[in-house]
Order: sequence, then C-alpha cells, then structure tokens
Amino acid sequence: MHESYLHSIIRRFTYHKRGAFCFCLLAVFIVLAIIAPLIAPYEPTEISASFAAPPSAEHWLGTDQIGRDILSRLLYGMRVSLFVGVMATLVSTVIGTVLGLISGYFGGVADMIIMRIADMLMSFPYILLVLVSAMIVGPGMWNIILILGIVDWPGVARLVRGSVMEIRSSDFVHSSEIAGMPRRYILFSDIMPNIISPVLVFASSVMAQSILDESALSFLGMGVQPPQASLGNMLNDAQSLTVLTSMPWLWLPPGVMIILIVVCVNFVGDAFRDAIDSTMTR
Amino acid sequence: MAKYVLKRIGIAMFVLLLITIIEYGLMSLAGNPIEILAGGPRVNEGMLAQKAQNLGLDKPVYVQYFYWLRELLRGNLGVSYKSYQSVSSLLASHIGPTLILMGTALIISTFVSIIAGIYSAVHVHSRSDYLLQSLAFLGQSIPGFFLALILIYIFGIRLGVLPTSGMRELGAAGSGVQFKYLIIPAIVLSVEMTGRNIRYVRSSMLEILGKEYLRAAEGKGIGRRRVIFVHAFRNAFVPILTVLAMEIPGLFGGAVVIEQIFSWPGLGMLTMNAVLQRDYPVIMGVCLLTAIVVLITNLVTDIMYVVADPSVRIK
Repeated sequence: MHESYLHSIIRRFTYHKRGAFCFCLLAVFIVLAIIAPLIAPYEPTEISASFAAPPSAEHWLGTDQIGRDILSRLLYGMRVSLFVGVMATLVSTVIGTVLGLISGYFGGVADMIIMRIADMLMSFPYILLVLVSAMIVGPGMWNIILILGIVDWPGVARLVRGSVMEIRSSDFVHSSEIAGMPRRYILFSDIMPNIISPVLVFASSVMAQSILDESALSFLGMGVQPPQASLGNMLNDAQSLTVLTSMPWLWLPPGVMIILIVVCVNFVGDAFRDAIDSTMTR
Repeated sequence: MAKYVLKRIGIAMFVLLLITIIEYGLMSLAGNPIEILAGGPRVNEGMLAQKAQNLGLDKPVYVQYFYWLRELLRGNLGVSYKSYQSVSSLLASHIGPTLILMGTALIISTFVSIIAGIYSAVHVHSRSDYLLQSLAFLGQSIPGFFLALILIYIFGIRLGVLPTSGMRELGAAGSGVQFKYLIIPAIVLSVEMTGRNIRYVRSSMLEILGKEYLRAAEGKGIGRRRVIFVHAFRNAFVPILTVLAMEIPGLFGGAVVIEQIFSWPGLGMLTMNAVLQRDYPVIMGVCLLTAIVVLITNLVTDIMYVVADPSVRIK
C-alpha cells in the first residue's frame, strides 16, 4: 500500500514508545513555559513574607532565601532555559547549514577557509571560549544565546558539508546540472530536502547541549543574571552549604527539571533518528 | 606518509597561530584590565598610567600581541597581572591535579563504556540493552554540577564518608592527591562522557558484529567469546579510540565546572579565577596550552587512523 514519506516517519516515530512519550512530555513542558505568566501563582520576582520556607499550601515548592516563590520561578526558569536552548540551536543550525552548503557545494577557497575556521573553533576547549566571550560581552540571556549559537555551528557545518558532497555527486544532481537547471534550484530543491532530516537530528543534540551549557554557565554566574530566573541560576544558591544541607526544595526542582527536559530532547532526537533511518524496516 | 604528517603539522601550527590572534583580539575587546587590577578609590591617574606602562598596556593591541608572541617564542609566557607569578610556573603547578582528575575520569569512562557497550551490542534489543541505553542517555543528560551537588549531599553530608572539597587533607604530610578526595570529582567528570561512549561503542560493535568475516570466524568454531573479544573488538577499537581522544577538550571544559565546585586546585580553577579577574596573561597561557593539547591529539588520532586503516585515503 502506498504511504507518504512523512506518514511513514510518523508511524515509525510513534512505534518508538519511549520517544513518543518524551515527545508528549516535552510538549507539556513547552506549553507550561509559554503560559507561565498565566499559571504562575506569583510573580517570579515578587517577595513574600516567608524566607526560605519549606513547601506549604501557599507556596507549593516553598520560597527561596529572599522570599520568592519557587514554583513560579521554576516555571519562568523553564521558559528562559527552553528559549535559550531553542534560539541558540536555531542560530547555530542556520549558520552551520548555510556555511556547510557553501563549503560542500562550491568547494575551493571558500571550503578551505570555512573548514579551517571550524577546525579552530573546535580546537578551543569549548567552555573556555564561552567563558571568555561571556566575560567580553557581559553575561545575560541574549548574549548567551549568541555565544552558544556562534560557538556551536562547526558541528552542523561539517555534517551538512559531508552530506552535500555526497549528494552532489549523485546521478539526480548530475542530471539537473546537465538539464541546465539554475544553481538555486539544485541547491534548494535537489540538495536541501535531503539534508534536512540529518540536520534536525543533529539539532536535537545541539539543543540538549545548549540547555546544559546555559545551566552550567548560569550556575557559575556567567549566564542568565538574577533577578531573571533560569534553571541554572536557581541552582546557584546551592553552592552554599546551608542551602545544600537543609533546603533541598531550593535546588532539587530546577535540577530535576533540567534532567527531564534534556532527557526528553535526547530521546525524541533518538526516536527521530530511527524513524528517518530507511534501513530500519518496521 | 611523511608528507601527510608534515602537512598536518603545518596546518596545526597555522591554526594555533590563528587561535592566539583571535584570543588576543577578543581579550582586548573585553577592555583594559588596568582599572580592575588597580581597584579601589585610593589610586590616582598617575599610578594607573605608571602601572599600565609597566605591564605594557599603554601600547596598541597589535604591538602588545607581537610583544607577547616574541616572548612566547623565547619560551616566556609572561607574568600574571594579579599574583606576579610567571604564567609558566602557574601552569606547571596547576596542571598536575587536572591531569590526575581528567586521567582518572578517562580511565573510568573507557573501562565502563567498553564493557557496557560490548554487553549491549552482544545482547542487542534485549531488556538489559534497553536499560543500559536508557542509563547512557540519562548520564548524558545530567548537568555535571547537579550530579556533583547530589553526590556531595549523599556522600559528603548525609553519609559523611567522602571528602568533597580540595584534593588532600589540610596539613597532611607530603604533597599530591589523596585517593578519597579524587573519587567523587572523577566520577562526576566521567558520567557524561561514559553515557556518550557507551552508545558509541555499542553502535560500532553492532556494525562489526554484522560483518561476514565474523560469521566465518564463528563458523570455524572458535567460540563466541573469542570472536567477540578478539576478532570484533580489535576492529572496533580504532574508531572507539578516536572518539575517546575527541573527548579531551570537552573533559577540560567539564573540569572547569567540577574544579570550581570541589575546590580542586587545577587548571580549571586557575582559568575561572583568571577570567573573573581579567588576568589576561594567564588566560592566554591556558588557551595556548589547551589548544596545543587538542591539536596534538587531533594530529595523533588522524595519523593513527591512517596507520590502522589503509583504506582511509590520503589526499
């Protein structure tokens, strides 16, 4: 029976129960993050009368050391962390895809320059580059997005370059060239559709990594700055021993939330990889 | 072969030079460190100017860079703005603890991921394979610092069985790392890497286990165990090794965060403090050192690849 490519991907994706479940969970997180201003019981920076209070009926997850509601901050923190993850991934994927296309299709000098820059970026210890950049432009949400986006592109570029070089030498591209199709058509109608799937799979791992990086940077105080909440900077308090020992409600929820989000992104990416892998017969 | 190696070394040197230029440029964009260094309201303009002149910070950036490069070629990495110790002695005194930490993490990770990865591949699609894969994903998804906090909470605070700060007892005789101080930091540093490597070992073993020459080997009746551990693993080893080598820059990044949490007196802590205090000569020194290590590992793995697998074409 005839089945469209998209349908077969969706069918194989839902066969992956773990992936499908994580996809739903991730969708819930994203919706919660988007509607955070509507459902958060308090303002994220609103200071209440109780400092460092354990969970209660009024504050479901307790309050932090200056009396802000943890649940509200968690919702807003999710919003910021997911936003940083998505935007940084978007920036790096777009830069990487464009440079990879140029590099793989045109080759020559452009290819050499782009690949040397990619080599260079990949030879820096990643965190050092990010830390130094954060020191230069100053910490903050938008700066973190730009830094992570700019630092992350070489992986995508290499992937795209490799696939473009492979597809370029295939018969259907040759036939388009012989038929005198414009270069624009070959790049965007022949080559692009064939690299979208691997790029999306790769992007899922970049997104997981970006969320982890944002949280680590914010944890070190070089990322999203308080009073704005992010999952990483909510954990910053736990560097003090009293918080770590006697106030687990301050640091467990954001940490668990980071793990859940990243696990879901990774599983969804993995299920998607299997779903587009045409060599797997299911 | 010699030509290929020479070419690769040439490219590596060129990349290294570019790295130093960009790093220096970035650093100068961050602004003049002199005010942060001098600090406090008691200093006046004259003292600032004098200090800037002493450190060579009154000259244009490119002059400063060439000066730095000239001194580098003479083997002089400069002096820390903050502590006035030479950068090379700072690097030398901090590299040991980091190497011990990274080395231990790499050993743990290699050991665990090879065993778990082979097991997973041999029992593919079984319940234990599924469990191991899920654990591997989980390991990849836990932020190192959060895992560190949890382990500190459990083993350091609740159970009180392991120390969680520094690398040796205060005032203990001798020098160097005490084993029990190493346990938690090394485990935390190895977890993310192990998660990734388990999946990698599994997929490269799976690929090789499907090959016909292994069926032939098994068909000869030399035993499944021998086929797996001798014939298959030997062929999977080279790609696994290259992936392990690629972990080194990432390991260093992890070390920055982990050393900060555990007050581990290594390069990561040196770097973080230098970044916070804008101690440029130290940052340049660390960047140079790590870039050299990364480029050498890349070079060695590329060459090993060619040596081990003649079908890799040399262009």
